[in-house]
Amino acid sequence: MSENKNLIEGATGPWEIVLGLEVHAQVTSNAKLFSGAATAFGAEPNAQVSLVDAAMPGMLPVINRYCVEQAVRTGLGLKAQINLTSRFDRKNYFYADLPQGYQISQFEHPIVGKGVITLDLADGVSREVGITRLHLEQDAGKSLHDQAPSLTFVDLNRSGVALMEIVSEPDMRSAEEAGAYLKKLRTILRYLGTCDGNMEEGSMRADVNVSVRKPGGPLGTRCEIKNVNSVRFVMQAIEYEARRQIDILEGGGKIDQETRLFDTAKGVTRTMRSKEEALDYRYFPDPDLLPLVLDEAWVEKIKADLPELPDEKKARLIEKMGLTPYDATVLVADQDVAAFYEAVAAGRDAKTAANWVIGDFMAHFNKSGQDLKDFTITAPKLGQLIDLITDGTLSTRLAKDVLEAMVASGKTAPEIVEEKGLRQVTDTGAIEAVIADIMAKNADKVAEYRGGKDKLFGFFVGQVMKAMGGKANPAALNDLLKQKLAG
Amino acid sequence: MSLDNATVAKIARLARLKIDEAALAPMAAELNQILEFVEELGAVNTDGVPPLTSVVATQLKMRDDVVTDGGYPEKVLANAPAAEQGFYTVPKVVE
Repeated sequence: MSENKNLIEGATGPWEIVLGLEVHAQVTSNAKLFSGAATAFGAEPNAQVSLVDAAMPGMLPVINRYCVEQAVRTGLGLKAQINLTSRFDRKNYFYADLPQGYQISQFEHPIVGKGVITLDLADGVSREVGITRLHLEQDAGKSLHDQAPSLTFVDLNRSGVALMEIVSEPDMRSAEEAGAYLKKLRTILRYLGTCDGNMEEGSMRADVNVSVRKPGGPLGTRCEIKNVNSVRFVMQAIEYEARRQIDILEGGGKIDQETRLFDTAKGVTRTMRSKEEALDYRYFPDPDLLPLVLDEAWVEKIKADLPELPDEKKARLIEKMGLTPYDATVLVADQDVAAFYEAVAAGRDAKTAANWVIGDFMAHFNKSGQDLKDFTITAPKLGQLIDLITDGTLSTRLAKDVLEAMVASGKTAPEIVEEKGLRQVTDTGAIEAVIADIMAKNADKVAEYRGGKDKLFGFFVGQVMKAMGGKANPAALNDLLKQKLAG
Repeated sequence: MSLDNATVAKIARLARLKIDEAALAPMAAELNQILEFVEELGAVNTDGVPPLTSVVATQLKMRDDVVTDGGYPEKVLANAPAAEQGFYTVPKVVE
């Protein structure tokens, strides 16, 4: 699929956006990358700082084996090449929240090489985006600029926490694709358990490279928008930045390669630093650390223990369970939801289960704002409800009401059916009696119907249902009513 | 390799060193002497020799993922020129 349907119309014709993302994902681990200090979010300032993280003289880094394992696991999840030998370099710059005066990173020889992510776009369309590389590096501390008028407060709790920088190829062509990329990457990281993907807490942040060009033309000059912390903001920043660049180019100007910030309040990007002041990081191999050499058998062991990943799960739900690509995509986006679905679907009709999980259940669950594991409707409870539909006790219509009552009361479906007498009436005698009564009360309408006014059928269905409190079995009601009205 | 005054000024700025205009030329001369000294190594033929990453034959030591350190903010801040409410404080930096 080479044709791009996401072109932006400018005054001089269509333009194409070219996007690449660099995502910083915090590695899920107990301790930091090179020290034994804790990584938990929300601790008192500087309470999770070792003298290594504070860069006291003479302190030496010792790498955390689990952080390396997490990076390898992520690489394998991205179907990427694992480099058995990689190296740590120093990236030198000065900033108040970087006590070492350099960040330990991997520049020339990253631990993970080329991989791929499959995006799930609207209408079940898929598209592949290349991963250029993934490397391990240290996070910096946190600066607070709003605590005092003339001071910046620095907390080093985050200093030295392991990050994975995941760099994509410039393969994306629209804000929608960039959003889908972030969501898919986050889903994969969560399945793997290598990053919690929590953008609000800063454990996943994105730098977005944006340029525009005439379709098929040479690549334009790019700008990098730094540190965007939600999928929605990434998409907004791209829309704004692409339009800004097109306006400049169409006005006869040229794009300056620069680093920009996205102002979330105003919805605009603005210059952070231009190329003239571009940082010169003077990378060189960190003399405190030997090359990182991995044992191939160890990597194979991690590979063998990988969980079922979203793409594989989706394929299985489509092939083995007969779900539509859309339903499967929705269900696998969250590992917990997928597991919930599979528990509901076990021994039941897969499509009915999918309809209930994606439809009414999701609506109630999303409204609750709770975690899935705490939500009152468990998989067995939803399963019971579906069983009551399958065995004819409840119509789909009644089942929706029962689910609502289940959410409100915490009771099970059979309890509510008993309590409220919601059992669907399939007894033909009882339905016939009501039909006879309604027909007697509406003799004029019966005559009209028999005279050819077919549309009145719906009126009779409504009246009978109303008289029976919605509990008549719809199929039985239809059949009987047709018979009786026919005379 | 020979450094000119402009390059020395740039390196000084990156290292946050203040060097007077007048001191640039002598500094360049000194740095060039050091570089020339190191460049003598270029005389050795290293074709086919892998880069030496360590002079001792050892592997990178690794640590288990357990919390063994931290929990002493007072020690961390003990040498800080200025601190408030458990934070380091520095002159305001805003981008």
